[in-house]
Amino acid sequence: MPLLELRGVAARYGPLQALRGIDLSVGESEIVAVLGANGAGKTTTLRAISATVKTSGEVVFAGERLPGRPEAVARAGIAHVPEGRGTFAQLSVDENLRLGAHVRRDRAGVKADYDRALERFPILAERRRQAAGTLSGGEQQQLALARALMQRPRLLLLDEPSLGLAPRVVADFFRVVAELNEQEGLSVLVVEQNARLALASSSRAYVLEVGRVAVAGASAELQRHESVRRSYLGY
Amino acid sequence: MVGAADWAGVAQQVVAGLSSGGTYATLAVALVLIYRATGVVNFAQGELAMFSTFVAWTLTQHGFSYWPAFALTVAASFGGGIALERVVIRPVERASVLTVAIVTIGVFFVVNGAAFWIWSPQVKSMPNAFSTRPIRIAGVAFSISDLGIIGVSLLAVLLLWFFFRFTKLGLAMRAAALNPESSRLTGIRVSWMIALGWGLATALGAVAGLMAAPPLGSFDQNFMQPILLYAFAGAVLGGIDSALGAVVGSLALGVFLNLLGTYVSWVGTDLRQAAALAVILGVLLVRPAGLFGQALVRRV
Amino acid sequence: MSRVVRIAAGLVAAAAAVALVLVLPHWLSDARAAEFARAGCFFIAILGLNLLTGYTGQISLGHGALMAVGAYTTAILTANHGFRDLWTIPLAGLVAMGAGFLLGLPARRLSGLYLALATFAFAVAMPALLKRFSGLTGGSQGINLFDKALTRSTGALGPVHVLGRTVATNDFLYYLTWGTGLVLAAAAWVLVRGRVGRAFRAVRDSEVAAASSGINTGFYKMLAFGISGFYAGVGGSLFVLVSNWFVSPTTFAFDKSLLLVVGAVVGGLGSLAGMALGALFIQFVPSWAGNVSNAPGAPSVFFGAAIVLVMILLPSGLGGVLRKLTEPLTTRL
Repeated sequence: MPLLELRGVAARYGPLQALRGIDLSVGESEIVAVLGANGAGKTTTLRAISATVKTSGEVVFAGERLPGRPEAVARAGIAHVPEGRGTFAQLSVDENLRLGAHVRRDRAGVKADYDRALERFPILAERRRQAAGTLSGGEQQQLALARALMQRPRLLLLDEPSLGLAPRVVADFFRVVAELNEQEGLSVLVVEQNARLALASSSRAYVLEVGRVAVAGASAELQRHESVRRSYLGY
Repeated sequence: MVGAADWAGVAQQVVAGLSSGGTYATLAVALVLIYRATGVVNFAQGELAMFSTFVAWTLTQHGFSYWPAFALTVAASFGGGIALERVVIRPVERASVLTVAIVTIGVFFVVNGAAFWIWSPQVKSMPNAFSTRPIRIAGVAFSISDLGIIGVSLLAVLLLWFFFRFTKLGLAMRAAALNPESSRLTGIRVSWMIALGWGLATALGAVAGLMAAPPLGSFDQNFMQPILLYAFAGAVLGGIDSALGAVVGSLALGVFLNLLGTYVSWVGTDLRQAAALAVILGVLLVRPAGLFGQALVRRV
Repeated sequence: MSRVVRIAAGLVAAAAAVALVLVLPHWLSDARAAEFARAGCFFIAILGLNLLTGYTGQISLGHGALMAVGAYTTAILTANHGFRDLWTIPLAGLVAMGAGFLLGLPARRLSGLYLALATFAFAVAMPALLKRFSGLTGGSQGINLFDKALTRSTGALGPVHVLGRTVATNDFLYYLTWGTGLVLAAAAWVLVRGRVGRAFRAVRDSEVAAASSGINTGFYKMLAFGISGFYAGVGGSLFVLVSNWFVSPTTFAFDKSLLLVVGAVVGGLGSLAGMALGALFIQFVPSWAGNVSNAPGAPSVFFGAAIVLVMILLPSGLGGVLRKLTEPLTTRL
């Protein structure tokens, strides 16, 4: 049984139908990518999972239907790093990290994870007392990821992590995600514009087109299919 | 030339001004709390404080002395504030700011009317919180009551500051006010944080009412209205989104009003409010976001 | 829906409103007619507030004070300067318009709550100022035209003769206020659909965008305050007549200003017809509440509860419901 499963999920913003019935799954310890052009419904797919948009259809996580409130979704074990990273610009790095662990009650575990986060991202340790808004784009992306990990999620949702970052910073970011996946078995659903990068770092991928799944399959397969690459991925 | 005796008089008036300013500050911080959480000025804040004061008054009529009544009332106000938010504010959570503001005006009428209904329009008086004796410091006689009120007001505000700065819940409340969307994604129950804010604000209002009532000698159900006006003015003077600004603005206003009332006789009691507001208006025209407020970044 | 159809629908609605205003007194008792006349004064003031808050996005908690300016203009001119009361109505509007411009000055720099406080300061200061300058205003005693200028107070002595007909005093006041109200509503309707109205809405929706497309936002804010002041002044002037030709500082204590904002929001900002409902709300709901129970404080409880209920059930006001009801009609046309 997959960790996350979407069955016939549709969503609309007012008169605009953003998703027209999506089927998608993420297995235990798997990295899955969602690709597609602007407006294809990538971000909405993530928002449908974390219930920040009204949806119809079924979203099942670890065998149970997800509740319809974002705070309850977070409590169920899903961490969502939204577009624009969703860090609290006016709060310090330290406070952002502590907020990540808001839903947890195990003090000792939180303390350990906090120390590990600062170990994994040394720059954050350096800027612990600084307001998050003063960090560079790459540092903020690290903070967003670190904060999501403080939640100790089973599934991580990443929305366009490469947006506005230098290629080297993006590569570092995806390396950390791959590490987390290998070492801790973290499942990841990542939405990306950069198809080449996303396919290289995922095991399976879905290509969306105007709110529907146009193609789905193993990332390696999709990379090899020249016609798929041309018509959907544009490289 | 101003003689030594006059300087003692000024010092006394400043302390008396800080004392009333402390009451304004407590209520002003309550206003800021709700403003930051929901973006509205709670017009009912003063009436809620009045209601709390009348509850405490009832307790003192039933054998409680001042401080136990104070503690019980502040705790009950906290619960009452949460309940009020759940019943009347939550249903309009997604409505426009103006709609929410009008709801608080409705609550103003309900609470004011209810207090008249329950406690009859006769004036009441409250036992004193502090000794009425004066205390001599450096040869100048100060009122213990004034100093006590300053102390309690500052203590209340300081406790609140500690709560927001150093507790997990306080941090979550700040996050919810800054960015509700992201807060939900990290699992914070934003709607409850707002209710909690109403609870804290109402409890703080109770402190303000209970500090303000005894020195008045006698008070009726409208006694908090001028205090709300000054608290609002103090908060705006300091910058409505800054709690520190609200405290400084309110204290400054308290001192200013007191000196104005004592030394500028032509102003009289009638024009005191108007004069105070005119001065604040002058300050705002120079600093449109208050003394400590952050200038709004305007989006197109 | 085409522009022509929309204008035609507007005209039909206007004709229906005129007809309703004309026939209503036949079913009203004398005392009721007087109450409706008071509501008419609120209607006019709220129309002005709607132009300012609903269309230009500027908050004012000081419109009660602008009404006071209009009211005292009428009272002073009639009592001391030999004017007939009716002729002072437009003058009251103009003087209040001047006051509105002044009140609009801080709006050039302040916004949101800061502007709310500035206008509220005006509302709070007004009664104190009226008492202070008692030589002109009669101080806390106020001005009673019934005593001072009985012959120049139209209808004070008995029925009024208009166009060869005899009309009871309260009916006359009713027709006067609602007639004036309809004319001013029509003027507002034209105004918001024209160039000025477009500028107002641009200021409301985004000041930065309005300024960058060449609109002088400071000027239009002041203009909105001025026009809005005219409406409030006319409403205040008429309020003297319907309050038995009497005005005093307590007539326009700051709670009138709050009441007007309540009327405008309950009516539904941005909707002209909603403003009439808002005016009826602030006139009749408090007296209805008084009938339910007149224990001390009870009417205030019921009035407040009614405000809260309306806002919870109809967050966009009574006018929003009206629009929803008529929308299917006009879209089908």
